[in-house]
Amino acid sequence: MTSTTISRIRQNQIAQLIASGKRLDGRGLTDYRPIQIETGMIEKAEGSARVRLGKTEVMVGIKIDIGEPFSDRPNEGVLTTNAEFVPLASPEFEAGPPGEDSVELARVVDRGIRESKAVDLEKLCIIPGKKVFILFIDIYVLNHDGNLIDASALAALAALTNTKIFKYEVKEGEVKIKPGFEELPLVNFPVAVTLADIDGKLVVDPWLDEEEVMNARLTISFDKDGKICAMQKGGSGTLSPQQIIEAVRIAREKSEELRKLVVKKA
Amino acid sequence: MPVFFENREIVTPGDLLAEGGFEAGRNTYRIDSKIYACKLGLVEYKGRTVNVVALNTFYVPSVGDLVIGKIVEINLHGWTVDINSPYFATLRASEAFNKPYKPQKDELSEFLNIGDIIQAKVIAYDRTRNPLLTIREPGLGKITHGKIVKVSPAKIPRIIGRKGSMISILKKETHCNITVGQNGLIHIHGRNSEDERIAVLAIKKIELEAHTSGLTDRVTEMISKERGSGK
Amino acid sequence: MSKKIKLVDENGVRTDGRKPDELRPIKLEVGILSNADGSAYIEQGKNKILAAVYGPREVHPRHLALPDRALLRCRYHMAPFSVQERKSPAPSRREIELSKVIREALEPAIFLERFPRTSIDLFIEVLQADGGTRAAGVTVASLALADAGMPMRDLVVACAAGKADGYIILDLNDIEDKEGTADVPVAYMPSLDAVALLQMDGQLTPEEFEQAFNLALEGCKRIYELQKQALKAKYLAIKEAVEEVVEEK
Repeated sequence: MTSTTISRIRQNQIAQLIASGKRLDGRGLTDYRPIQIETGMIEKAEGSARVRLGKTEVMVGIKIDIGEPFSDRPNEGVLTTNAEFVPLASPEFEAGPPGEDSVELARVVDRGIRESKAVDLEKLCIIPGKKVFILFIDIYVLNHDGNLIDASALAALAALTNTKIFKYEVKEGEVKIKPGFEELPLVNFPVAVTLADIDGKLVVDPWLDEEEVMNARLTISFDKDGKICAMQKGGSGTLSPQQIIEAVRIAREKSEELRKLVVKKA
Repeated sequence: MPVFFENREIVTPGDLLAEGGFEAGRNTYRIDSKIYACKLGLVEYKGRTVNVVALNTFYVPSVGDLVIGKIVEINLHGWTVDINSPYFATLRASEAFNKPYKPQKDELSEFLNIGDIIQAKVIAYDRTRNPLLTIREPGLGKITHGKIVKVSPAKIPRIIGRKGSMISILKKETHCNITVGQNGLIHIHGRNSEDERIAVLAIKKIELEAHTSGLTDRVTEMISKERGSGK
Repeated sequence: MSKKIKLVDENGVRTDGRKPDELRPIKLEVGILSNADGSAYIEQGKNKILAAVYGPREVHPRHLALPDRALLRCRYHMAPFSVQERKSPAPSRREIELSKVIREALEPAIFLERFPRTSIDLFIEVLQADGGTRAAGVTVASLALADAGMPMRDLVVACAAGKADGYIILDLNDIEDKEGTADVPVAYMPSLDAVALLQMDGQLTPEEFEQAFNLALEGCKRIYELQKQALKAKYLAIKEAVEEVVEEK
């Protein structure tokens, strides 16, 4: 069947299984799908990574440029995140300007990185008020099988860990690129964990069919010290205050598991 | 089995109206044994049923309703009519003519054109398609004289009054022919435009004060005052 | 990061004189636009926001119609003169995200299944912005929907809480939002104990988050009472005026 609407039979199947603590693909309610992370495959980008979360596939490329800082932050580099729902990733994606889902995705991933101060933006300043490094984080969704947010956030983090900035020197107010590279000043490692409410039960890492039947989802981003740096409820349903507190508890544990996959040291 | 408001108190969406063995009536809904209001209105406890008389609402067609509408489109087999409802209504040619009809577009516009106002009856409506109208009964058809007043459909019952009491008084006191559409549109046809003006004022007053008591007296009073000062 | 502005002083007093758990002054008016099916206006501190609803009505373009429910469309938009530096009228990415998030906050409240194949179009215009506009937008939009006679499970009310200078604070204004440590906007349906919108940006420990979250829910409950009063206000005023006259006789 090529139509993407999920059949009533499958909907009931999913809900019933979850009520008894299991999921259609055999996972427990708080298990992630198998995750594969690769980095550095795009040599022309300053940083890159590809994440496979089950069948969901997201690639993130990082490009660095030199430009002007924002007027209210003259000593800081600029971070900008964009997401593209590439049409080949799903029968539901169409070519064209970013829709609300892709804008939301980019902003949620950006929030995790920005609010955790993962990148030391002051170290990206070249000439205060005039020239700074601009970091473009581009999220490229290649296959949508659910939970694009967690996959994208993980890919963005992995890409940042392998990003290099070119060396430079300032001569007579002009910036000149020198040979060689430096590590990106990455000081924090934000990770996003998304849970979905299906018939009152919380499940971690919803896949596509679960997203179709879910009532609402909650994404929580944690930094390396277990502090929350971003949250986003999505979906047209609601969550109870108790569910939210419970979700935060579950997500914190899971975020540490995910972080270990990207950051080998801490 | 508690109730939480007094009869005819104003309630808002989400207000818990009653708990226990009650039935969810108009503009209410139920979760387990709790009955909640789903619109802004006056709560009415009638035996075991809890209703809310909405203060403002849009018109949802019911089969048998008399409505007043405006032609907005001419189609191959009839017209599309705006009846002040979330759904446009359809008037098929077969429900407009008393003789069999041959599809020729010019004929239709000669009979009813875009912008014409009609008095019609709802003959069919369900969730899968738009309401269907007829104008084949006596008294229905194109409206050519008089004034049309628009009020919130929620006020129509008050304008009609219990067993038609309010509308009879209005007709009598203003000497006007008044046809009330369930969809909030009212047609007034009087002896002269002064009578029609007073009728419009009276209707607007009822619309504004529909939720208060002693309205009938105040309306009759207002009409005599207007007559006294006007003439 | 150098922050010279003190957002909360040693006595717990904020830049606008409020205590940590104090709401800004709120004014609500319902039914103020004659063309819209429902409308409402809010002033919360310096925020000035207008909301209007058209519908349920036929969907244009037709192919967007949903077969089993009404389509709720929401446009959150800021007027070019609403902020210090003129904002371009074109929808920004922030407005796109907020339009989505606000729509998802109001959808669970409306009985959409009752009007298949129609659309309910909601417009939120921020005329002046001073922090917390998405929360005020949800609050005023609920009133516009109720004013239009839309069948709803409950009113949706919203309020933000956050952290600044070590204090957990309620209803952040613009400067607290920009320079503070965290911002947690929450939309809530009190009768159903259901959270319809939740976002967070900043840095909070899970314990601090719980405090801020609960404070936001507190704020929501207070504003909910104001919403109910505002809906009834027009009708109560008329009732008082006319029934007083009768009694005097």
